[in-house]
Amino acid sequence: MNKIIKQEKLAENLFLLEVEAPQLARKAKAGQFVIVRISEKGERIPLTIADYDLNAGTITLIFQVVGLTTKKMSLLKTGDYLLDLVGPLGEPSEIENYGTVACIGGGVGIAPIYPIARALKKAGNKVISIIGARNKDLLFWKDKMAEVSDELLIATDDGSEGHKGFVTDVLKEVMTKNSLERVWAIGPMIMMKNVAEVTRPEKIKTIVSLNPIMVDGTGMCGACRVSVGEETKFACVDGPEFDGHQVDFNLAMRRAAFYKDKEKLALEHYNCQCGGGSCKCQ
Amino acid sequence: MPVKKPRNPMPSQDPKERKQNFREVALGYDEQTAQREAERCLQCKNPLCKQGCPVEVDIPEFIKEVVAGNFQKAAEIIKNKNNLPAICGRVCPQESQCEYKCILGKKGEPVAIGRLERFVADWEAQKVTSEINPVESTGKKVAVIGAGPAGLTCAGDLAKLGHEVTVFEALHTPGGVLMYGIPEFRLPKAVVKREIEYIEKLGVKILTNTVIGKMYTIDELMKEEGFDAVFIGTGAGLPYFMNIPGENLNGIYSANEFLTRTNLMGAYDFPHTDTPIKVGKKVAVIGAGNVAMDAARTALRLGAEESYIVYRRSRAEMPARREEIEHAEEEGVKFHLLISPIEFKGDENGNVTKMVCQRFELGEPDASGRRKPVAIPGSEFEMEIDTVVMAIGQGPNPLVPASTPDLELTKKGNIIADPETGSTSKPGVFAGGDIVTGAATVILAMGAGKKAARAIHDYLTNNS
Repeated sequence: MNKIIKQEKLAENLFLLEVEAPQLARKAKAGQFVIVRISEKGERIPLTIADYDLNAGTITLIFQVVGLTTKKMSLLKTGDYLLDLVGPLGEPSEIENYGTVACIGGGVGIAPIYPIARALKKAGNKVISIIGARNKDLLFWKDKMAEVSDELLIATDDGSEGHKGFVTDVLKEVMTKNSLERVWAIGPMIMMKNVAEVTRPEKIKTIVSLNPIMVDGTGMCGACRVSVGEETKFACVDGPEFDGHQVDFNLAMRRAAFYKDKEKLALEHYNCQCGGGSCKCQ
Repeated sequence: MPVKKPRNPMPSQDPKERKQNFREVALGYDEQTAQREAERCLQCKNPLCKQGCPVEVDIPEFIKEVVAGNFQKAAEIIKNKNNLPAICGRVCPQESQCEYKCILGKKGEPVAIGRLERFVADWEAQKVTSEINPVESTGKKVAVIGAGPAGLTCAGDLAKLGHEVTVFEALHTPGGVLMYGIPEFRLPKAVVKREIEYIEKLGVKILTNTVIGKMYTIDELMKEEGFDAVFIGTGAGLPYFMNIPGENLNGIYSANEFLTRTNLMGAYDFPHTDTPIKVGKKVAVIGAGNVAMDAARTALRLGAEESYIVYRRSRAEMPARREEIEHAEEEGVKFHLLISPIEFKGDENGNVTKMVCQRFELGEPDASGRRKPVAIPGSEFEMEIDTVVMAIGQGPNPLVPASTPDLELTKKGNIIADPETGSTSKPGVFAGGDIVTGAATVILAMGAGKKAARAIHDYLTNNS
């Protein structure tokens, strides 16, 4: 049981939880994730660690409401508890002084890109960060990102803030002015795929963080298998970060969609007020 | 003594009924049946059955108490050696261990030792709350990694000897394969929980959600957290796949995932639980061990119209217990033998729809002593399928070895440990169960945990 010491709504369907977890905070490194379960009959879901505070003994999780578990999680308040929290899982980001690097966060992906940008900055890199969302209301942590970046650029689909368009447009612009040694991209699968396509011709090593369906998160079940350079990898123990030029994104997107219909059913069941009647939620 | 009395059959749920529910198949003996069965025991002066038991249960002694109706005494005798008797009574392969050695089995049927063990353990659980005699503390701390059969056994034995034991479990529930792997219909989770409560009553502390290798390393446990010795029982937790085309299509599960979703996460009760599972009309389980039988039988209970065992050798080589194979057949699982998939094909959404198979014939015996399957050229054919479960074995989980560089490993990544003591290349660190042997049985893991507990006790006593 881990106590929630801060709950915050960052934007529509976007929530932050700061949770007591002293040992986890002590061991967490940029790029790693945790698995959360919030009720006895609940599922285990992976979430990338958005921040960790050694002194406070806390970790911060940011999530978007996409299915039943995140819906239920969004209702938790300060002072409530997470039933189960396990981590840090996965391999940390490879942090070195590469020179000039770009850190790209799209949507909820801004959260996990933050500790990576911070670590890269601390290691001496020139960090150019690009964050994007559908509109300005869905952007968050601009100040925190600015603090750890030499340059912070913004893109929104509707142009309500920063460049009107995609993070990839901004990245192309950045690439004309800078010689990037390495790129990190975390966000929707399609964004990571597109970023990898932009950097591929220039052969700029591009790291993406995959968040496939998982059960245990410790290498036991293989639900999270992804194809990287024609080889099957388990995102939970071999990743979650992989070389974006090697990842089979189409396969990853198909696998991510496998339970969509079940997720819809679970939400219907949850929202249904039939009280055990004869509707389809049964 | 009447020797020719037949073995008392196990009352079971009817196959037609049971394949539609997750309740336990074998229902257990009542008192009269148990006593009748116990009377068949010859009480041999030199009991061979005991030699067949990896945890050295005093079998004739407990059976004698069953005959006399002293079930409580019988339970005490069993628990003296076996911390998890209701589990062992259900899932041990007695036919190749204690019952295999039973002298009655030479000319007829052996005493049903497993069924009697189960009866005694269940009787005790219902009738009495067992008192635990407090033991004097040795002041020594032992860390046990993994709350599966090996770890729980080792922890229980060490606690009985007065050591302070903490078990670290990665999942949210202790039990390991007993909880995530073996289905409810073969081993009810209430039984596992009951026996884990007993281990806790012995004084063992269990910390769930704690991944050793990530949250603490073994060195940190010993140098910073004050543990005097460590036992690693992290099991065979890395599923093998075949590395053939199409294997990452949707609907292809490892047995671990398929069973974990169902057993640990309760997916059979979705949407009343939150974890889903998808089972199609035709399910092919690749492999023919106990795990494969569990998966094939689980698939039927989840609503599959047809459930196949697909195995590249013949019936004689199937590694599953005969009882499990029989149960699977009674429930309608079909066996496709001397066949193995070489490719999977899917639809436009990436869901598996077909399995390209090849036929095999048996050649010369291989290193395992079993006749080696040899592919028949040109024998390829397609099989319509919408769910596949890979039950072809599993390797050692890498998290502990990867974070403990001074631990010697085999080429396959198993920890090298002395079979008699469990001691590893790292002083004060012991290991046992599937992480050492590769995937085996619950009872062998328990036996290894027991031996290691003895060796750890010696180590702690001599090093003080």
